[in-house]
Amino acid sequence: MNEPTAPPAGPDAAGDPGARGFTVPGSAGPGFVTRGSGARGLLAEEPGLPGYVLGLGDDALVAAQRVAEWCARAPQLEEDVALANIALDLLGQARALLSYAGELEGLGRDEDALAYTRDERDFRNVQLVELPDRDFAVTVAKMLFFGAYQHLLYTALSSSADPRLAGIAAKAAKETAYHTDHAVTWTLRLGDGTAESHRRMQAAVDEVWPFTHELFEPFPPVPGTVDPAGLRGAWLEPVERVLREATLRRPEDGWAPTGGRRGTHTEAFGHLLAELQYVHRTHPGARW
Amino acid sequence: MTGHTLTAGPEARVRAAVAAVPDPELRVLSIGELGVLRDVTVGPGGRVVVTITPTYLGCPALEVIRSGITAAARDAGFPDVEIVTSLSPPWTTDWLDETARAKLAATGIAPPPPAAPDPAGGVPRAGAASPEGAASPEGAAEATGVPPRARALPLLTISPRPPYLPGCPRCGGAATEEITRAGATACRSLWRCRACGEPFEHMKGH
Repeated sequence: MNEPTAPPAGPDAAGDPGARGFTVPGSAGPGFVTRGSGARGLLAEEPGLPGYVLGLGDDALVAAQRVAEWCARAPQLEEDVALANIALDLLGQARALLSYAGELEGLGRDEDALAYTRDERDFRNVQLVELPDRDFAVTVAKMLFFGAYQHLLYTALSSSADPRLAGIAAKAAKETAYHTDHAVTWTLRLGDGTAESHRRMQAAVDEVWPFTHELFEPFPPVPGTVDPAGLRGAWLEPVERVLREATLRRPEDGWAPTGGRRGTHTEAFGHLLAELQYVHRTHPGARW
Repeated sequence: MTGHTLTAGPEARVRAAVAAVPDPELRVLSIGELGVLRDVTVGPGGRVVVTITPTYLGCPALEVIRSGITAAARDAGFPDVEIVTSLSPPWTTDWLDETARAKLAATGIAPPPPAAPDPAGGVPRAGAASPEGAASPEGAAEATGVPPRARALPLLTISPRPPYLPGCPRCGGAATEEITRAGATACRSLWRCRACGEPFEHMKGH
Protein backbone atom coordinates (compact mmCIF):
# COMPACT_ATOMS: atom_id res chain seq x y z
CA MET A 1 0.00 0.00 0.00
CA ASN A 2 1.57 3.24 -1.10
CA GLU A 3 1.16 6.49 0.71
CA PRO A 4 -1.76 8.11 -1.03
CA THR A 5 -1.43 11.23 -3.10
CA ALA A 6 -4.26 13.67 -2.73
CA PRO A 7 -6.53 13.59 -5.75
CA PRO A 8 -6.42 16.79 -7.78
CA ALA A 9 -8.98 19.30 -6.61
CA GLY A 10 -9.58 21.55 -9.57
CA PRO A 11 -11.68 24.69 -9.38
CA ASP A 12 -14.49 22.77 -11.06
CA ALA A 13 -14.24 19.89 -8.61
CA ALA A 14 -17.54 20.97 -7.12
CA GLY A 15 -19.18 19.21 -10.00
CA ASP A 16 -22.58 19.64 -11.51
CA PRO A 17 -25.29 18.47 -9.15
CA GLY A 18 -27.87 18.77 -11.89
CA ALA A 19 -26.21 15.91 -13.74
CA ARG A 20 -26.26 13.81 -10.54
CA GLY A 21 -22.51 13.64 -10.84
CA PHE A 22 -22.62 11.39 -13.85
CA THR A 23 -19.97 11.98 -16.47
CA VAL A 24 -20.39 10.34 -19.84
CA PRO A 25 -17.13 8.64 -20.83
CA GLY A 26 -15.44 10.34 -23.72
CA SER A 27 -17.35 13.56 -23.30
CA ALA A 28 -15.35 16.74 -23.52
CA GLY A 29 -14.67 18.72 -20.42
CA PRO A 30 -12.91 18.25 -17.14
CA GLY A 31 -14.73 15.01 -16.43
CA PHE A 32 -12.55 13.33 -19.01
CA VAL A 33 -9.31 14.57 -17.58
CA THR A 34 -9.98 14.13 -13.89
CA ARG A 35 -11.50 10.77 -13.23
CA GLY A 36 -14.96 11.17 -11.78
CA SER A 37 -14.49 14.87 -11.19
CA GLY A 38 -18.15 15.43 -11.89
CA ALA A 39 -18.91 13.28 -8.89
CA ARG A 40 -16.23 14.53 -6.58
CA GLY A 41 -17.89 17.53 -5.02
CA LEU A 42 -16.60 19.11 -1.87
CA LEU A 43 -16.87 16.10 0.37
CA ALA A 44 -13.75 14.28 -0.70
CA GLU A 45 -11.48 17.16 0.28
CA GLU A 46 -13.51 18.14 3.31
CA PRO A 47 -11.69 17.61 6.61
CA GLY A 48 -14.67 18.82 8.65
CA LEU A 49 -17.99 17.30 9.64
CA PRO A 50 -19.14 16.51 6.06
CA GLY A 51 -16.02 14.48 5.33
CA TYR A 52 -16.28 12.75 8.69
CA VAL A 53 -19.89 11.72 8.10
CA LEU A 54 -19.01 10.63 4.57
CA GLY A 55 -16.26 8.35 5.90
CA LEU A 56 -18.64 6.64 8.34
CA GLY A 57 -21.29 6.31 5.64
CA ASP A 58 -18.81 4.80 3.18
CA ASP A 59 -17.62 2.35 5.84
CA ALA A 60 -21.19 1.15 6.37
CA LEU A 61 -22.01 1.02 2.65
CA VAL A 62 -18.95 -1.00 1.67
CA ALA A 63 -19.28 -3.31 4.66
CA ALA A 64 -22.94 -3.90 3.73
CA GLN A 65 -21.99 -4.79 0.17
CA ARG A 66 -19.34 -7.28 1.31
CA VAL A 67 -21.58 -8.95 3.89
CA ALA A 68 -24.45 -9.14 1.40
CA GLU A 69 -22.22 -11.14 -0.94
CA TRP A 70 -22.88 -14.11 1.36
CA CYS A 71 -26.59 -14.00 0.64
CA ALA A 72 -27.55 -17.51 -0.56
CA ARG A 73 -23.93 -18.73 -0.12
CA ALA A 74 -23.46 -18.78 3.66
CA PRO A 75 -22.34 -22.02 5.33
CA GLN A 76 -25.75 -22.53 6.94
CA LEU A 77 -29.30 -21.43 6.22
CA GLU A 78 -29.46 -19.60 9.56
CA GLU A 79 -26.23 -17.80 8.74
CA ASP A 80 -27.62 -16.76 5.40
CA VAL A 81 -30.48 -15.04 7.18
CA ALA A 82 -28.24 -13.58 9.87
CA LEU A 83 -25.74 -12.08 7.45
CA ALA A 84 -28.46 -10.68 5.20
CA ASN A 85 -30.01 -8.99 8.23
CA ILE A 86 -26.65 -7.59 9.33
CA ALA A 87 -26.02 -6.28 5.81
CA LEU A 88 -29.44 -4.65 5.90
CA ASP A 89 -28.60 -2.90 9.17
CA LEU A 90 -25.35 -1.63 7.69
CA LEU A 91 -27.14 -0.44 4.57
CA GLY A 92 -29.63 1.43 6.75
CA GLN A 93 -26.73 3.15 8.52
CA ALA A 94 -25.16 4.00 5.17
CA ARG A 95 -28.37 5.52 3.86
CA ALA A 96 -28.83 7.73 6.93
CA LEU A 97 -25.18 8.85 6.96
CA LEU A 98 -24.81 9.42 3.22
CA SER A 99 -28.07 11.37 3.09
CA TYR A 100 -26.74 13.59 5.85
CA ALA A 101 -23.32 13.96 4.20
CA GLY A 102 -25.05 15.04 0.99
CA GLU A 103 -27.09 17.62 2.85
CA LEU A 104 -24.00 18.97 4.60
CA GLU A 105 -22.26 19.23 1.26
CA GLY A 106 -25.15 21.26 -0.09
CA LEU A 107 -24.72 20.36 -3.75
CA GLY A 108 -27.96 18.47 -4.06
CA ARG A 109 -26.44 14.99 -4.02
CA ASP A 110 -28.61 12.43 -2.29
CA GLU A 111 -27.66 9.01 -0.89
CA ASP A 112 -27.96 7.39 -4.33
CA ALA A 113 -25.79 9.98 -6.05
CA LEU A 114 -23.10 9.45 -3.44
CA ALA A 115 -23.29 5.65 -3.48
CA TYR A 116 -23.57 5.11 -7.21
CA THR A 117 -21.78 7.91 -9.02
CA ARG A 118 -18.48 8.35 -7.22
CA ASP A 119 -15.31 6.65 -8.35
CA GLU A 120 -12.88 4.70 -6.21
CA ARG A 121 -10.72 7.64 -5.25
CA ASP A 122 -13.73 9.55 -3.94
CA PHE A 123 -14.66 6.91 -1.39
CA ARG A 124 -13.49 7.50 2.17
CA ASN A 125 -14.05 4.08 3.74
CA VAL A 126 -11.31 2.30 5.65
CA GLN A 127 -9.66 -0.50 3.71
CA LEU A 128 -10.69 -3.18 6.20
CA VAL A 129 -14.32 -3.20 5.05
CA GLU A 130 -13.42 -3.66 1.37
CA LEU A 131 -11.13 -6.68 1.87
CA PRO A 132 -12.47 -9.66 -0.07
CA ASP A 133 -14.07 -12.39 2.04
CA ARG A 134 -12.25 -15.36 0.57
CA ASP A 135 -13.12 -17.46 3.60
CA PHE A 136 -16.05 -17.29 6.02
CA ALA A 137 -13.51 -16.90 8.81
CA VAL A 138 -12.37 -13.62 7.22
CA THR A 139 -15.95 -12.37 7.34
CA VAL A 140 -16.09 -13.28 11.03
CA ALA A 141 -12.77 -11.57 11.81
CA LYS A 142 -13.80 -8.42 9.94
CA MET A 143 -17.18 -8.36 11.68
CA LEU A 144 -15.56 -8.75 15.08
CA PHE A 145 -12.97 -6.01 14.60
CA PHE A 146 -15.15 -3.61 12.62
CA GLY A 147 -18.29 -4.21 14.68
CA ALA A 148 -16.51 -3.54 17.95
CA TYR A 149 -14.99 -0.37 16.48
CA GLN A 150 -18.32 0.82 15.10
CA HIS A 151 -20.03 0.12 18.39
CA LEU A 152 -17.53 2.15 20.40
CA LEU A 153 -17.55 5.02 17.93
CA TYR A 154 -21.33 5.15 17.57
CA THR A 155 -21.79 4.94 21.33
CA ALA A 156 -19.45 7.91 21.80
CA LEU A 157 -21.13 9.80 18.96
CA SER A 158 -24.58 9.27 20.46
CA SER A 159 -23.78 12.22 22.72
CA SER A 160 -22.37 14.29 19.87
CA ALA A 161 -23.08 18.01 19.85
CA ASP A 162 -24.51 17.49 16.38
CA PRO A 163 -28.08 16.28 17.02
CA ARG A 164 -28.54 14.63 13.63
CA LEU A 165 -25.36 12.59 13.92
CA ALA A 166 -26.16 11.79 17.56
CA GLY A 167 -29.56 10.43 16.56
CA ILE A 168 -28.16 8.17 13.85
CA ALA A 169 -25.34 7.00 16.12
CA ALA A 170 -27.61 6.13 19.05
CA LYS A 171 -29.73 3.95 16.79
CA ALA A 172 -26.75 2.38 15.03
CA ALA A 173 -24.93 1.65 18.31
CA LYS A 174 -27.68 -0.77 19.29
CA GLU A 175 -27.49 -2.53 15.93
CA THR A 176 -23.71 -2.89 16.00
CA ALA A 177 -23.92 -4.49 19.45
CA TYR A 178 -25.80 -7.36 17.82
CA HIS A 179 -23.35 -7.62 14.94
CA THR A 180 -20.44 -7.81 17.34
CA ASP A 181 -22.24 -10.35 19.45
CA HIS A 182 -22.81 -12.47 16.36
CA ALA A 183 -19.14 -12.23 15.41
CA VAL A 184 -18.11 -13.24 18.94
CA THR A 185 -20.18 -16.42 18.85
CA TRP A 186 -18.53 -17.44 15.57
CA THR A 187 -15.03 -16.45 16.68
CA LEU A 188 -15.40 -18.71 19.72
CA ARG A 189 -16.95 -21.51 17.73
CA LEU A 190 -14.34 -21.52 14.97
CA GLY A 191 -11.30 -20.59 17.06
CA ASP A 192 -12.04 -23.16 19.74
CA GLY A 193 -13.47 -25.69 17.29
CA THR A 194 -11.73 -28.27 15.15
CA ALA A 195 -8.07 -28.10 14.14
CA GLU A 196 -9.15 -26.97 10.67
CA SER A 197 -11.57 -24.27 11.88
CA HIS A 198 -8.93 -23.03 14.33
CA ARG A 199 -6.30 -22.85 11.61
CA ARG A 200 -8.56 -20.88 9.29
CA MET A 201 -9.84 -18.54 12.00
CA GLN A 202 -6.28 -17.78 13.07
CA ALA A 203 -5.28 -17.16 9.45
CA ALA A 204 -8.20 -14.76 9.09
CA VAL A 205 -7.32 -12.86 12.26
CA ASP A 206 -3.71 -12.58 11.06
CA GLU A 207 -4.82 -11.37 7.63
CA VAL A 208 -7.22 -8.72 8.86
CA TRP A 209 -5.32 -7.45 11.93
CA PRO A 210 -2.97 -5.03 10.08
CA PHE A 211 -5.99 -3.24 8.64
CA THR A 212 -7.43 -2.54 12.10
CA HIS A 213 -4.86 0.21 12.71
CA GLU A 214 -6.49 2.45 10.14
CA LEU A 215 -9.73 2.37 12.13
CA PHE A 216 -8.03 4.44 14.83
CA GLU A 217 -6.27 7.02 12.72
CA PRO A 218 -6.63 10.45 14.28
CA PHE A 219 -9.23 12.80 12.84
CA PRO A 220 -8.70 16.56 13.18
CA PRO A 221 -10.82 17.98 15.98
CA VAL A 222 -14.15 19.17 14.60
CA PRO A 223 -17.19 20.01 16.73
CA GLY A 224 -19.67 17.16 16.78
CA THR A 225 -17.14 14.44 15.91
CA VAL A 226 -15.30 11.89 18.03
CA ASP A 227 -11.64 11.24 17.26
CA PRO A 228 -11.36 7.46 16.82
CA ALA A 229 -7.70 7.62 17.87
CA GLY A 230 -8.84 7.70 21.48
CA LEU A 231 -10.81 4.48 21.19
CA ARG A 232 -8.15 1.86 20.48
CA GLY A 233 -7.57 0.98 24.14
CA ALA A 234 -11.27 0.45 24.74
CA TRP A 235 -11.37 -1.66 21.57
CA LEU A 236 -8.33 -3.79 22.32
CA GLU A 237 -9.54 -4.87 25.73
CA PRO A 238 -12.65 -6.83 24.70
CA VAL A 239 -11.16 -7.96 21.37
CA GLU A 240 -8.09 -9.45 23.05
CA ARG A 241 -10.34 -11.13 25.60
CA VAL A 242 -12.45 -12.75 22.89
CA LEU A 243 -9.37 -13.92 20.96
CA ARG A 244 -7.93 -15.43 24.13
CA GLU A 245 -11.17 -17.19 24.96
CA ALA A 246 -11.29 -18.53 21.40
CA THR A 247 -7.73 -19.92 21.85
CA LEU A 248 -6.50 -17.58 19.13
CA ARG A 249 -3.20 -15.74 19.12
CA ARG A 250 -3.42 -11.97 19.07
CA PRO A 251 -1.21 -10.87 16.14
CA GLU A 252 1.77 -8.60 16.64
CA ASP A 253 1.32 -4.97 15.69
CA GLY A 254 3.49 -4.13 12.73
CA TRP A 255 2.48 -3.45 9.17
CA ALA A 256 -0.32 -0.89 9.20
CA PRO A 257 -1.71 -0.23 5.72
CA THR A 258 -3.55 3.05 5.41
CA GLY A 259 -5.03 5.55 2.98
CA GLY A 260 -8.71 4.62 2.71
CA ARG A 261 -9.83 7.82 4.40
CA ARG A 262 -7.88 9.75 1.76
CA GLY A 263 -9.14 7.77 -1.20
CA THR A 264 -6.47 5.09 -1.59
CA HIS A 265 -8.02 1.66 -1.79
CA THR A 266 -7.02 -1.94 -2.31
CA GLU A 267 -7.18 -3.72 -5.63
CA ALA A 268 -10.36 -5.52 -4.60
CA PHE A 269 -12.30 -2.30 -4.15
CA GLY A 270 -12.75 -1.49 -7.84
CA HIS A 271 -14.38 -4.86 -8.42
CA LEU A 272 -16.73 -4.29 -5.50
CA LEU A 273 -17.72 -0.87 -6.83
CA ALA A 274 -18.26 -2.23 -10.33
CA GLU A 275 -20.82 -4.66 -8.99
CA LEU A 276 -22.39 -2.08 -6.70
CA GLN A 277 -22.71 0.63 -9.35
CA TYR A 278 -23.20 -1.25 -12.60
CA VAL A 279 -26.98 -1.00 -12.90
CA HIS A 280 -27.16 2.62 -11.85
CA ARG A 281 -24.43 3.68 -14.23
CA THR A 282 -25.91 1.69 -17.10
CA HIS A 283 -29.33 3.24 -16.62
CA PRO A 284 -28.66 6.65 -15.02
CA GLY A 285 -31.78 8.18 -13.53
CA ALA A 286 -33.86 5.02 -13.95
CA ARG A 287 -36.75 4.68 -11.48
CA TRP A 288 -39.27 2.02 -10.68
CA MET B 1 -74.86 7.39 15.38
CA THR B 2 -74.22 7.63 19.07
CA GLY B 3 -73.11 10.64 21.03
CA HIS B 4 -69.80 8.93 21.56
CA THR B 5 -68.69 9.32 17.96
CA LEU B 6 -69.98 12.86 17.90
CA THR B 7 -67.83 13.89 20.85
CA ALA B 8 -64.75 12.22 19.39
CA GLY B 9 -63.39 15.00 17.23
CA PRO B 10 -61.78 14.57 13.84
CA GLU B 11 -58.33 14.80 15.42
CA ALA B 12 -59.01 11.89 17.74
CA ARG B 13 -60.42 9.97 14.80
CA VAL B 14 -57.35 10.35 12.61
CA ARG B 15 -55.07 9.59 15.55
CA ALA B 16 -56.90 6.35 16.24
CA ALA B 17 -56.89 5.43 12.55
CA VAL B 18 -53.16 5.98 12.18
CA ALA B 19 -52.34 4.22 15.47
CA ALA B 20 -54.24 1.14 14.26
CA VAL B 21 -52.07 0.65 11.14
CA PRO B 22 -50.60 -2.86 11.46
CA ASP B 23 -46.86 -3.47 11.48
CA PRO B 24 -46.05 -5.37 8.26
CA GLU B 25 -43.66 -7.81 9.94
CA LEU B 26 -45.62 -8.37 13.15
CA ARG B 27 -49.14 -7.98 11.94
CA VAL B 28 -50.71 -8.74 15.32
CA LEU B 29 -49.33 -5.42 16.55
CA SER B 30 -50.31 -1.96 15.42
CA ILE B 31 -47.69 0.74 14.98
CA GLY B 32 -49.25 2.42 17.99
CA GLU B 33 -48.70 -0.64 20.18
CA LEU B 34 -45.21 -1.17 18.81
CA GLY B 35 -44.15 2.39 19.65
CA VAL B 36 -43.21 3.18 16.05
CA LEU B 37 -45.87 5.90 16.04
CA ARG B 38 -44.64 8.87 18.06
CA ASP B 39 -46.98 11.73 17.30
CA VAL B 40 -49.98 12.78 15.24
CA THR B 41 -50.91 16.43 14.95
CA VAL B 42 -53.57 18.10 12.84
CA GLY B 43 -52.64 21.56 11.65
CA PRO B 44 -54.51 24.35 9.91
CA GLY B 45 -56.46 23.21 6.89
CA GLY B 46 -56.56 19.64 8.16
CA ARG B 47 -52.91 18.89 7.34
CA VAL B 48 -51.85 15.84 9.33
CA VAL B 49 -48.25 15.50 10.48
CA VAL B 50 -47.34 11.98 11.61
CA THR B 51 -44.03 11.33 13.35
CA ILE B 52 -42.67 7.79 13.30
CA THR B 53 -39.45 6.22 14.52
CA PRO B 54 -37.88 3.21 12.80
CA THR B 55 -37.18 0.06 14.79
CA TYR B 56 -33.94 -0.36 12.80
CA LEU B 57 -32.24 2.16 10.50
CA GLY B 58 -32.56 -0.18 7.54
CA CYS B 59 -36.01 -1.45 8.43
CA PRO B 60 -37.55 -2.46 5.09
CA ALA B 61 -41.04 -2.27 6.59
CA LEU B 62 -40.88 1.49 6.89
CA GLU B 63 -42.06 2.13 3.32
CA VAL B 64 -45.07 -0.12 3.84
CA ILE B 65 -45.82 1.61 7.14
CA ARG B 66 -45.69 5.01 5.42
CA SER B 67 -48.19 3.99 2.77
CA GLY B 68 -50.38 2.41 5.47
CA ILE B 69 -50.42 5.68 7.39
CA THR B 70 -51.28 7.71 4.31
CA ALA B 71 -54.14 5.36 3.44
CA ALA B 72 -55.49 5.29 7.02
CA ALA B 73 -55.47 9.08 7.29
CA ARG B 74 -57.13 9.43 3.90
CA ASP B 75 -59.87 6.98 4.87
CA ALA B 76 -60.42 9.00 8.03
CA GLY B 77 -61.00 12.07 5.89
CA PHE B 78 -57.51 13.61 5.91
CA PRO B 79 -55.89 13.34 2.49
CA ASP B 80 -53.09 15.82 3.27
CA VAL B 81 -50.49 13.87 5.23
CA GLU B 82 -46.86 14.58 5.99
CA ILE B 83 -44.78 11.80 7.55
CA VAL B 84 -41.71 12.76 9.56
CA THR B 85 -39.11 10.17 10.53
CA SER B 86 -37.43 10.82 13.86
CA LEU B 87 -34.45 8.86 15.22
CA SER B 88 -34.24 10.40 18.69
CA PRO B 89 -34.83 8.95 21.13
CA PRO B 90 -34.03 5.61 19.51
CA TRP B 91 -36.82 3.04 19.43
CA THR B 92 -36.58 0.33 22.04
CA THR B 93 -38.58 -2.80 22.83
CA ASP B 94 -39.06 -1.24 26.27
CA TRP B 95 -41.88 0.76 24.68
CA LEU B 96 -44.03 -2.34 24.18
CA ASP B 97 -46.75 -2.25 26.77
CA GLU B 98 -48.33 -5.26 28.50
CA THR B 99 -51.10 -5.51 25.90
CA ALA B 100 -48.58 -5.68 23.08
CA ARG B 101 -46.52 -8.32 24.94
CA ALA B 102 -49.61 -10.42 25.58
CA LYS B 103 -50.60 -10.21 21.90
CA LEU B 104 -47.14 -11.36 20.83
CA ALA B 105 -47.20 -14.30 23.22
CA ALA B 106 -50.71 -15.27 22.04
CA THR B 107 -49.44 -15.51 18.48
CA GLY B 108 -46.52 -17.74 19.47
CA ILE B 109 -43.76 -15.13 19.68
CA ALA B 110 -42.11 -14.80 23.08
CA PRO B 111 -42.10 -11.08 23.93
CA PRO B 112 -38.88 -9.13 24.53
CA PRO B 113 -37.38 -8.87 28.02
CA PRO B 114 -39.19 -6.58 30.44
CA ALA B 115 -38.29 -2.92 30.19
CA ALA B 116 -34.80 -2.13 31.44
CA PRO B 117 -34.69 -0.16 34.68
CA ASP B 118 -32.67 2.54 32.93
CA PRO B 119 -35.14 5.37 32.30
CA ALA B 120 -32.93 6.72 29.50
CA GLY B 121 -34.25 3.95 27.32
CA GLY B 122 -31.53 1.36 27.13
CA VAL B 123 -28.84 2.90 24.94
CA PRO B 124 -25.99 0.45 25.39
CA ARG B 125 -22.88 1.79 27.02
CA ALA B 126 -19.66 0.06 26.26
CA GLY B 127 -18.02 -1.29 29.35
CA ALA B 128 -20.94 -0.52 31.63
CA ALA B 129 -22.28 -3.73 33.07
CA SER B 130 -26.02 -3.47 33.47
CA PRO B 131 -27.62 -4.48 36.78
CA GLU B 132 -28.95 -7.76 35.43
CA GLY B 133 -25.64 -8.60 33.80
CA ALA B 134 -23.90 -8.16 37.10
CA ALA B 135 -26.23 -10.62 38.79
CA SER B 136 -24.06 -13.70 38.35
CA PRO B 137 -24.46 -14.68 34.71
CA GLU B 138 -22.52 -17.85 35.45
CA GLY B 139 -25.04 -18.98 38.02
CA ALA B 140 -27.97 -18.12 35.81
CA ALA B 141 -26.41 -20.07 32.98
CA GLU B 142 -25.96 -23.15 35.12
CA ALA B 143 -29.55 -23.04 36.24
CA THR B 144 -31.11 -22.50 32.86
CA GLY B 145 -29.00 -24.64 30.62
CA VAL B 146 -27.44 -22.01 28.36
CA PRO B 147 -24.96 -23.81 26.11
CA PRO B 148 -21.39 -23.61 27.48
CA ARG B 149 -20.24 -21.42 24.57
CA ALA B 150 -22.88 -18.82 25.28
CA ARG B 151 -21.61 -18.54 28.83
CA ALA B 152 -18.44 -16.97 27.51
CA LEU B 153 -20.41 -14.07 26.07
CA PRO B 154 -20.38 -11.85 29.15
CA LEU B 155 -16.63 -11.76 28.54
CA LEU B 156 -17.36 -9.22 25.90
CA THR B 157 -18.36 -5.94 27.43
CA ILE B 158 -20.04 -5.07 24.14
CA SER B 159 -22.94 -7.39 24.78
CA PRO B 160 -26.25 -6.16 23.41
CA ARG B 161 -28.26 -7.04 26.47
CA PRO B 162 -27.84 -9.21 29.51
CA PRO B 163 -28.55 -12.88 28.78
CA TYR B 164 -32.27 -13.44 28.79
CA LEU B 165 -34.18 -16.68 28.50
CA PRO B 166 -37.70 -16.25 27.17
CA GLY B 167 -40.36 -18.61 28.44
CA CYS B 168 -42.14 -20.87 25.98
CA PRO B 169 -45.17 -18.95 24.61
CA ARG B 170 -46.97 -22.27 23.93
CA CYS B 171 -46.70 -24.27 27.15
CA GLY B 172 -45.21 -21.67 29.47
CA GLY B 173 -42.14 -23.81 30.14
CA ALA B 174 -39.13 -21.97 31.51
CA ALA B 175 -36.44 -24.33 30.18
CA THR B 176 -35.76 -23.08 26.67
CA GLU B 177 -32.73 -22.96 24.42
CA GLU B 178 -31.63 -20.71 21.61
CA ILE B 179 -31.40 -22.33 18.19
CA THR B 180 -30.27 -19.32 16.24
CA ARG B 181 -29.93 -15.70 17.23
CA ALA B 182 -30.89 -14.39 13.80
CA GLY B 183 -34.44 -15.32 12.94
CA ALA B 184 -36.80 -14.51 10.10
CA THR B 185 -36.30 -10.81 10.72
CA ALA B 186 -33.48 -8.89 12.37
CA CYS B 187 -35.56 -8.35 15.48
CA ARG B 188 -36.38 -12.02 16.15
CA SER B 189 -34.41 -15.10 17.23
CA LEU B 190 -35.38 -18.76 17.07
CA TRP B 191 -35.77 -20.88 20.21
CA ARG B 192 -36.90 -24.34 21.30
CA CYS B 193 -38.81 -25.32 24.41
CA ARG B 194 -37.19 -28.22 26.27
CA ALA B 195 -40.49 -29.13 27.92
CA CYS B 196 -42.88 -29.35 24.95
CA GLY B 197 -40.20 -29.57 22.27
CA GLU B 198 -41.82 -26.92 20.10
CA PRO B 199 -39.75 -24.26 18.36
CA PHE B 200 -40.81 -20.66 18.81
CA GLU B 201 -39.71 -17.16 17.93
CA HIS B 202 -38.57 -14.54 20.39
CA MET B 203 -38.59 -10.81 19.83
CA LYS B 204 -35.15 -9.72 20.97
CA GLY B 205 -34.59 -6.92 23.43
CA HIS B 206 -33.34 -3.91 21.53
